[in-house]
Amino acid sequence: MRAVAAVLALAAAPGIVLAQGNSGELVTLKVQGNVYVISGAGGNIAVQTGDQGVLVVDTGLAAMSDKVVAAIRKLSDKPIQYIINTHVHPDHTGGNVAVRKAGLTYVGANVTGNLTDAGVGAQIWAQDNVLKRMSAPTGQQAPTPFDAWPTETYLTGRKQLFFNGEPIEIVYQPAAHTDGDSLVIFRRSDVVVAGDIFVTTTYPFIDVDRGGSIQGEVDALNNIMDIAIPGLQDEGGTYIIPGHGHICDQPDLLEYRDMVTIIRDRIQAAIKKGMTLEQVKAAGLTKDYDGRYGAKTGFGTADMFVEAIYKTLTRKK
Amino acid sequence: MRMCKASFALALAVGAWGQGPGGYNPVGPGVSLQGNWGPVFHEDAHERGPGPELVNYLGLPITDGARMYGLAWDASRFTIPEHQCEVHIVSYIYRGPYNLRIWEDRDPVSQRLIAIKQYIDNYQQTRTIWMDDRPHPPDAAPHTWMGFSTGKWDGNILTVYTTHLKWGWIRRNGLRHTDQATLTEHFIRHGDHLTHVSILTDPITLTEPLIKTQDLVLRVQNGQTWLYPCEPVVEIERPRGTVPHYLPGENPFIHEFADQYHIPAEAALGGAQTAYPEYESKLKQAGTK
Repeated sequence: MRAVAAVLALAAAPGIVLAQGNSGELVTLKVQGNVYVISGAGGNIAVQTGDQGVLVVDTGLAAMSDKVVAAIRKLSDKPIQYIINTHVHPDHTGGNVAVRKAGLTYVGANVTGNLTDAGVGAQIWAQDNVLKRMSAPTGQQAPTPFDAWPTETYLTGRKQLFFNGEPIEIVYQPAAHTDGDSLVIFRRSDVVVAGDIFVTTTYPFIDVDRGGSIQGEVDALNNIMDIAIPGLQDEGGTYIIPGHGHICDQPDLLEYRDMVTIIRDRIQAAIKKGMTLEQVKAAGLTKDYDGRYGAKTGFGTADMFVEAIYKTLTRKK
Repeated sequence: MRMCKASFALALAVGAWGQGPGGYNPVGPGVSLQGNWGPVFHEDAHERGPGPELVNYLGLPITDGARMYGLAWDASRFTIPEHQCEVHIVSYIYRGPYNLRIWEDRDPVSQRLIAIKQYIDNYQQTRTIWMDDRPHPPDAAPHTWMGFSTGKWDGNILTVYTTHLKWGWIRRNGLRHTDQATLTEHFIRHGDHLTHVSILTDPITLTEPLIKTQDLVLRVQNGQTWLYPCEPVVEIERPRGTVPHYLPGENPFIHEFADQYHIPAEAALGGAQTAYPEYESKLKQAGTK
C-alpha cells in the first residue's frame, strides 16, 4: 500500500514524463491539475484535458503539427474544442491549421452568421492584434492561411471561459513581447501559460516591429509575479509554462524578472548619460547574464535585447 | 536435470539483484547514513552565522560575468517580499546552521534501496537521492532548490549527482550560480562523523569546479529545532517591480572587505587564481601587502 501511495504521489508531481521520444522528438510532461506541456515543437504547447474535451494553448511550428496532434491524442481522445494563441509568432501558431482540423466546434441553433463552416474544426482564440497580423486588409495577400486565423478575438482586458470544470482567463498584456500577447491562466489547476513574455532559454525577444516594448515586457512579467503564488518553502505552488524552456514556479520567474528590470535600468541610466545605441552595446551592460541568456544566433541575442530596450526607451511618445 | 536448470536460472536472477555468497542480500552495498546529524559549527563559523562580507569573493573561481552579477547585487534585495523566503540551494545549504535527518526508503517486499532521503530543517527541505538507477528528467522538467539527485555507492562512499537546480548561492553576498549548474557530492561516514564533499560545476559562473567540504556529527539527543516557517512581509514600500541593485561601477562596498583585511582589491574580487598558494607570491612580487 505504501508502495502504491508512493507511485501515486510520484504521478501527481509536476514534471513527470508521460511520453518522450528520441532526440529531436516531443516531450510531454504533466504540469499539475489538468494541464500538460508538450515541448520540442517550437514554442511550448499547453494542453488542458477533461470530460468536455481538449483545450490547447499554442500549436508549435507547422512542420511539427502531425507530431503535436499525435501527442495531444495520447493525452486525450476527446474533441479538441479550443486553441488559444498567446501571440502571433509562427513557432506558436504554425500548427493552428492542423490542430484546428483535428478538433471540432459544437454548434446549435443559436449560431449566427455563416453556418456552412460552423463546426468545422476547433475554435481559435487570441487577442485581436494576432488576427490583424495573421490576416491582411482586403485585397492584399495574408501572411498565413485563412484556416490558421483566430476565429474569436478580444480587444482589451480579459476573456473568460469555463471548460473542463475549470475557470480559464485569457488576459491581455499590451505592448510586451508583441502587441498581441495573452497570458492564459488555468485557475483550478493553478497554471499560467506565459507565451514568449517569459522564456528560460534566452533573453526576451521584444518584437519592436510587432508592437513590443521593454516597459510592456516588464509590466507583463510583474503581472505574472502577482498571479503566481509559491508553494510551501518557496517552491511549486503556481506553475508557469514559459514560451520556451522548462516548467517554472515563481522563484524562477523572479530571477528572470529581476534580470530584465536590472538591464532595463542600466540602459535607462546610459541613455540619461547621452550614450548612443552603439556605445551602449559596446559597454557590455549585459555581461553578467550573457552566459545564461544570450543566444548566440537567432532570436534573444544580447544585441537584440539591448537594441529593443534602447529603441523603446528612446521612442518619441 | 530440469531442476538443475531451474536452480541455475534462479541463481542468475538473484545474482542480478546484487547478492553475495549465501543468498539474497537485501541491504545492498554501502553503509547506513541514517540518523540525525548536526554540522560542526566551528568550521567556517563566520560563513554559517553572520555570513560573508560584501564583495568578499576571495578564493572563488568565478567568471567575469558572475563577478559583475555580484557587484550589481544589493543586499536590499532581501527586503523584496518575493526574495525573503528564498531557500538556500542544495549546493549551499550544508554550509548553514541546520539539523540533518537521513533515512532510507526501501521497497517493502524486496528491501531494495529505492532512495536515501534527507530532511534539512533550514528552510524545511526534504531531499530525495534516488538509488534505483532511474534516469534524470528531461530538460523541460521543473528545477527545484534541492534539484534531482541520483546516487550510487563507491565502496562505502555515497556519491550523488544532481541536476535541475534553480539559481542559487555560490556565496550569499551576491554570487549566484545559474540553473544550468550541476552538483556532485560524496558522503563519507567515519563512525559518528560524516564528511560531505560537494563539487559544484557551472560553466556560466565558474571557471573551474568549486569544491567544498563540511563535517557533521551524529546526534543521539533529541530536542533540535526541526521547523523553519517563513512568511514574507513588505519591509519597505516601493513602486511595483522595483529591484534594488547597483549600476555598473557604483557598488559602494567594493573596497570595504579588502581595506578591512589589508588585501588588494583585486584579490577580494576573486577568480580561480586567488584560490591557489601561488597567488600570494604573485601579490608579493607585485609589491602589495
